[in-house]
Amino acid sequence: MNLLNFFIASVLSACPLLFGTLGETLTERSGNLNLGVEGMMFMGGIAGLAGSYYYETLVETPVVWVSVLIAIVCSFLCAGFGALIYSVLTITFRANQNVTGLALTIFGTGFGNFFGELLSNSAGGYAAVGGATKEAFNAPIFPSLASSSVIGKLLFSYNFLVYIAIALALFLTYFINHTRKGLNLWAVGERHAAADAAGINVTRYKYLATCIGGGITGLGGMYIVMNSASGVGGVWVHNCISGYGWLSVALVIFAMWHPSRAIFAAFVFGALSVARFYFPVSFLPDAIYEVVPYIATVVVLISVSVRSRRRLQPPASLGLAYFREER
Amino acid sequence: MNNTRHEPSEPFLRIAKRGEMVTWKTWAIRIAAILLALLTGAILLLLLGHNPVAVYLDMVTGSVATKTSRVATMKIFIPLLGAALAIAPAFKMRFWNIGAEGQILVGAIAATYFALFQYQNLPRPLLLFVMFLAAAVAGGIWALIPAFFKARFDTNETLFTLMLNYVAVGIVKYLRMGPWRSPASAGFPKISMIDQSARLPLVFGVNIGWILVLVLAVLMYVYIRHTKQGYEISVVGESVQTAKYAGMNVGQIIVRTVFFSGAIAGIVGFLIVSGSAFTLSDNTSGGYGFTAITVAWLAKLNPMVMILITAFLAILTKGANTIQTNFKIPASASSVLIGLILFFMLGCEFFINYRLIFRKGKKREVAHL
Repeated sequence: MNLLNFFIASVLSACPLLFGTLGETLTERSGNLNLGVEGMMFMGGIAGLAGSYYYETLVETPVVWVSVLIAIVCSFLCAGFGALIYSVLTITFRANQNVTGLALTIFGTGFGNFFGELLSNSAGGYAAVGGATKEAFNAPIFPSLASSSVIGKLLFSYNFLVYIAIALALFLTYFINHTRKGLNLWAVGERHAAADAAGINVTRYKYLATCIGGGITGLGGMYIVMNSASGVGGVWVHNCISGYGWLSVALVIFAMWHPSRAIFAAFVFGALSVARFYFPVSFLPDAIYEVVPYIATVVVLISVSVRSRRRLQPPASLGLAYFREER
Repeated sequence: MNNTRHEPSEPFLRIAKRGEMVTWKTWAIRIAAILLALLTGAILLLLLGHNPVAVYLDMVTGSVATKTSRVATMKIFIPLLGAALAIAPAFKMRFWNIGAEGQILVGAIAATYFALFQYQNLPRPLLLFVMFLAAAVAGGIWALIPAFFKARFDTNETLFTLMLNYVAVGIVKYLRMGPWRSPASAGFPKISMIDQSARLPLVFGVNIGWILVLVLAVLMYVYIRHTKQGYEISVVGESVQTAKYAGMNVGQIIVRTVFFSGAIAGIVGFLIVSGSAFTLSDNTSGGYGFTAITVAWLAKLNPMVMILITAFLAILTKGANTIQTNFKIPASASSVLIGLILFFMLGCEFFINYRLIFRKGKKREVAHL
């Protein structure tokens, strides 16, 4: 029973990481290394909360699914806007990708906390979404199936975002490997100039992949704000993203730029981050147990670099700007 | 003229690389970018229903008008400049050390150890010197871990250094709740304040750290610009291939430079503990490691310019606290503003490096025919 709960808790806390990893995978496939995931998660988180909150305060009888939809759309657009700033600077203005990403993280973190506090202040110190909306972000969507058997519990005890995340992972796997557009994107990330010569609009692919990818990471931020199992549950908490964005960037490497592997990678890290509640180790202090996911990331980074196999490489043009005039 | 339509038309806008621009012009463009960022911030303030001029003025007066506020601003200035100087050599080498936060914390831990447990055994100057040295060594070693793997296996240093930040916070938390917990802290576990003898002396009302970081800035300027090692750093930063071809030991240069970078960050930890916080806590590093990246980059890694940028950002940060009290604008406004300034600065580099060539006017006449 304990093991079952552990599994469910792992999945729940893996979900925001999965959104982050998928978004960043799509971005990096186009050759853009966007280190602003943490910032975009902040932007997505606050926009989702604000959208839902304002809808519920402005409308007399708010409808739950509309509120949920508004949260999703707002967080996607706001985080996508962050990615757009990044895209303009790195793709059009050819700025350094690393520094631009860091700037986006600084900006996004400030943006989230700034508007989060502003929202709380305007609501008299505490801005929360309605109980029904919160329930929608937390309750299993198949309660009847979830209560029946162990298998049922294992498969059906999650909120709808978990299923969306998994479906998105499968879709992106199909998209990148089996569609013309996906293969074009792959080509763009591997060799800008060759893709350009083949008639692919490199700039458009980079813009779209980066902005959509950014929007997807924003959903991870919204999940953290809205879900109470791995987050805070429908209110703004100062600095609530606390490193999930950065973990996602690391998980992209762990998943070797494959969306399907991201599911596994995110699950492992979700499990690591909740393990201390289910398997306390007497000689390991809590403060040290908490940092296990970060240490695991380091181990992953090292092992990836030590065994650099050909199939498991980042897109060849990752981090490089493309200047048509300077081919 | 009537067959111009069949010729491949000149694009509306072409981009061409510029030659060297005069230095004053590049700085004029950068200052214009900062002003544009402040203008964007002003629009944001206006939308929120505040008078931007009043808010900006309040930020400045709140950070430099009185002696108390100037001391508070200096307390931000010292670690921020120190952290920016720490980052400079690593960034010059294109080693993306975003782990200054962690290196500051580890330095702070080392300094705190001596301040808490050895202060009775050492005379004050020696105690301060030992704290300084321990912090430098600890910060350097903490940075050495990712540097070693970068040099040996080309492991991604950006994420590595970043993850070590969280580990450093974990260690501080452990010390705070476990072995170093002050018996006096009843509810929330805390580490006790350090002894008077372990605190930095004041010069003109501010701890002596400000002299130290200014000296460090000059030293760093000389180091990067006028020494062989500084030159090696630039070459590795520009192209590892070139460095190898020239017979440089790239691995050794990376390890040496990053140790140096981490050591300075460690010293910043010492300055915070011994100069302003007088204790160790989870947020001793206070985000300086991240803001310092901004400073270093805005200054184009020039330590002399860093002094100016740090002063500017210190005023901004202190000012943000002031407007939080006076206008009820959350202090995170400073991060938003800093982010905006960075965006505009990054964007303006394009106009320094490239020229935009618009299509000549005569083509439009053709279109009218």
